[in-house]
Amino acid sequence: MTDATLVDALAGIVGARQVRVTPAERLTYARDALPTHRRVPRVAVLPANRDELVALVRLLAALEVAFVARGAGTGLSGGALADASAVLIVLTRLDRILRLDPTNRVAVVEPGVVNARLSAAAAPFGLRYGPDPSSETACTVGGNVAENAGGPHCLKYGVTTHHVLALEVILADGSVVELGSPGGEAWGPDLVGLFVGSEGTFGIATRIAVRLLPVPRAVRTLLVDFTSLRAAGEAVSAIIASGIVPAALEMMDQSCIQAVEDSVYAAGYPRDAAAVLLLDLDGPRDEAIDADGETIAELVRAHGARSVRGARDAEERERLWLGRKKAFGALGRLSRDLVVQDAVVPRSALPAVLETIATIAARYGVAVSNVFHAGDGNLHPNIAFDRRVPGLEARVEAASAEIMAACIAAGGTITGEHGVGLDKLRYMPLVFDGDSLAAMDALRRVWDPQARANPGKVIPVQACREWTQARSARFEPVERVTLGAEALGPVGAVDDSEGRG
Amino acid sequence: MSLLDRVRALLGNDAVDVAASPDGVPRVAPASPDAVALLLGTAREQGWRVRLEGAGTWMPGDAPADLALTTRRLDKIPAIEPQDLSATAEAGIGCDLLRQQLADRGTWLALDPPGLAGRSLGSVVATATAGPLRNAFGGVRDHLLGVTFVTGDGRIVQSGGRVMKNVAGYDLTKLEAGGFGAFGVIVLAHLRLRALPRADQTLVLEGPRPDLTQVAEDITAAGIEPAALELMSPALARRERWALALRFAGSAAVVAAEEAGLRAATGGRFAALRADEAHGLWMRAGESFAARPVAFRVGGLPDSSDELLDLLQHQVGDEWISASPAIGAIRWGGETTVDRLRRLRRTLAGLEVPLTLERAPWPVRSAVGHFGAYREGVGPLVAGLRRTFDPGEALVVAVEGTE
Repeated sequence: MTDATLVDALAGIVGARQVRVTPAERLTYARDALPTHRRVPRVAVLPANRDELVALVRLLAALEVAFVARGAGTGLSGGALADASAVLIVLTRLDRILRLDPTNRVAVVEPGVVNARLSAAAAPFGLRYGPDPSSETACTVGGNVAENAGGPHCLKYGVTTHHVLALEVILADGSVVELGSPGGEAWGPDLVGLFVGSEGTFGIATRIAVRLLPVPRAVRTLLVDFTSLRAAGEAVSAIIASGIVPAALEMMDQSCIQAVEDSVYAAGYPRDAAAVLLLDLDGPRDEAIDADGETIAELVRAHGARSVRGARDAEERERLWLGRKKAFGALGRLSRDLVVQDAVVPRSALPAVLETIATIAARYGVAVSNVFHAGDGNLHPNIAFDRRVPGLEARVEAASAEIMAACIAAGGTITGEHGVGLDKLRYMPLVFDGDSLAAMDALRRVWDPQARANPGKVIPVQACREWTQARSARFEPVERVTLGAEALGPVGAVDDSEGRG
Repeated sequence: MSLLDRVRALLGNDAVDVAASPDGVPRVAPASPDAVALLLGTAREQGWRVRLEGAGTWMPGDAPADLALTTRRLDKIPAIEPQDLSATAEAGIGCDLLRQQLADRGTWLALDPPGLAGRSLGSVVATATAGPLRNAFGGVRDHLLGVTFVTGDGRIVQSGGRVMKNVAGYDLTKLEAGGFGAFGVIVLAHLRLRALPRADQTLVLEGPRPDLTQVAEDITAAGIEPAALELMSPALARRERWALALRFAGSAAVVAAEEAGLRAATGGRFAALRADEAHGLWMRAGESFAARPVAFRVGGLPDSSDELLDLLQHQVGDEWISASPAIGAIRWGGETTVDRLRRLRRTLAGLEVPLTLERAPWPVRSAVGHFGAYREGVGPLVAGLRRTFDPGEALVVAVEGTE
């Protein structure tokens, strides 16, 4: 079908103003928050409500056109990018909070609701939404569901999958399915658990029921600083092994501290520290968390902490946390481009892996800053660079790949909360064998037999072993979507036909 | 060659040198994931029907099958990592042995499933049967970092890993936790642990059921966060009246503070149990469900707990009940009929409350199904998952009923 026919059909559902067709309009959606991938969608369309969304997906099913769902575009894996064969469905206008039930601590929202807005709406009832990615003031709950997003306070309270009770989902074939129940018990196998983190390849969530948490009655924030990165890593292990579960346990290295202190988010972190730990302890009672705070202070001092400082009041606590949450933004000032990486290691491996990362960075001559969820072992080694410098981007990519390999070798994995998307496709075979990848691809085809929802993401199909499954009416054999070589090639080389801005 | 000769040739004498099931179905005990894969691959080729067993203490071993695959020889604990609070255990390990070994390393799996102490880990994961600790620590899936399973046609699949956060690929672990073995045989699990609590205190209040659900509400409203907050029927608690049992677990300071909070909120009406009394209460309650022919769970909203308990009392009786009112989860045990279970499931579905059949004799579970009364669109997805992960229908599991 021609683009003009497609655009007319889309406009018939959402109105011409909400179909973005000009090159300038489409370029708006060519990237997410990771600068190394760029794809320009065939067309972008912005439905106003659930009915329009359902009608759109049904139209695309009838036309057999691929689609990609996108929230606020704050993703960090290239997961919400659509190429010239796919329609981008932007969900930011589906932003209604449909229900807030303080008695049962449940909220039902549309996918475009911004994460922090949900917490703000729940606040008058003494409640909040748990997962708090650094992009919480911009990212959407729908995107959080797709990526199984985390955040600093997921150490104690769990990531997105622990908070989603039920979903209404539209599948690629246009059918609407209801997964889970208001109380969180499944109808059969845990389809909600399967859907969360499927990166938009199983369908689009049209309604999301989430659990709300009480706002903790007592909170203490501690800032601990170290003169060695290794000591900081060892202190993290000691805290975890002690049995105290801080609400959050974050680490920033010196380069990150400097970047934050040089920015408008200066939080008063000691500039000469090799690393700082930022901890939240929370709970229902002051006495209990004060006792835990004492225990932790003793532990970190025994592991070489230079000082332990408690936030005096809510204002100081907010400032300390703002510095952490805006660290990525502050790092963005260091250089023109920033690769925000994501990997996970067993927590006891943190000290050794941090040293390995520093060695890799030195070998490739790239600047790595670490700001991460230390309590979960979830690393974010970020590399600031200027892609106009000849050869630098290739070095950044090579260093990233080696960092991934080091994390896997330490018993870890390639992503803890950002997702596979496009960026981590080539690393998947390092973690999973051909049968396991094939099982994942087969799982995807249960939901989307034609692989039209967010095609080419998550599973490197050419690395899958063949998979046989019983035939059925719903299971018409379909041809494998073959990825172009670019999906596995060097990052940054993809879809550059329209040049870089 | 007979089926057993064939299996002997494949896996060696050891694998079949175990007592046959009471119904005469030969029992095969592979000693490695590869052996499970070999067996199931052959089953697919030969058209054998295979039923699954762990220690044989929870699901009755009575499904019609050509052979019973037991995981009892998959009983190793390859890793316990106290510094990371993680462990890796094979599916056939008994929960009691696992718990002991974890405790020796200062760690704790915060799961207290119903059933006998020796119940296998694989059984707990496959049936997703969490106990009272679900109140604070979530369901079975929340304790899993990853699993390795073998599909019905003999492929070994790994999902997740042994780190705390992991979004590399689809979360197939969620399919296996609570899949009742219909989507593969779990052979290995990576577990998320807690530090062994230094203090562990149980308190009990007896009274009429509606009063106790009100007390439970007050406790939640007061911001008290017990590890368990369980409403037990008199028979289950072995008391005259219904009992509300609270368990606080953690550091001494936290437990003391929570107890003080409880006294303030409820006027000191709860009686503290000694450690041996507490152990007896929780253990006997869990074991009771293995002694009743049928057990199921339902999950509703917290504020519907009373209404759901009334409904259960009316339709199937309420002699053996254990409920976590703060999260709306209820487990029922007892004796009942296929018709009553079907009617109850339909009634509950109308209230958007799923009923999952956790154990029952084959005639009941094959007629009622572990799952049923699906919401819109769920049936085709479940069927698709079955075809994908057990294409030859080798695994005999009563996924859905025959209604």
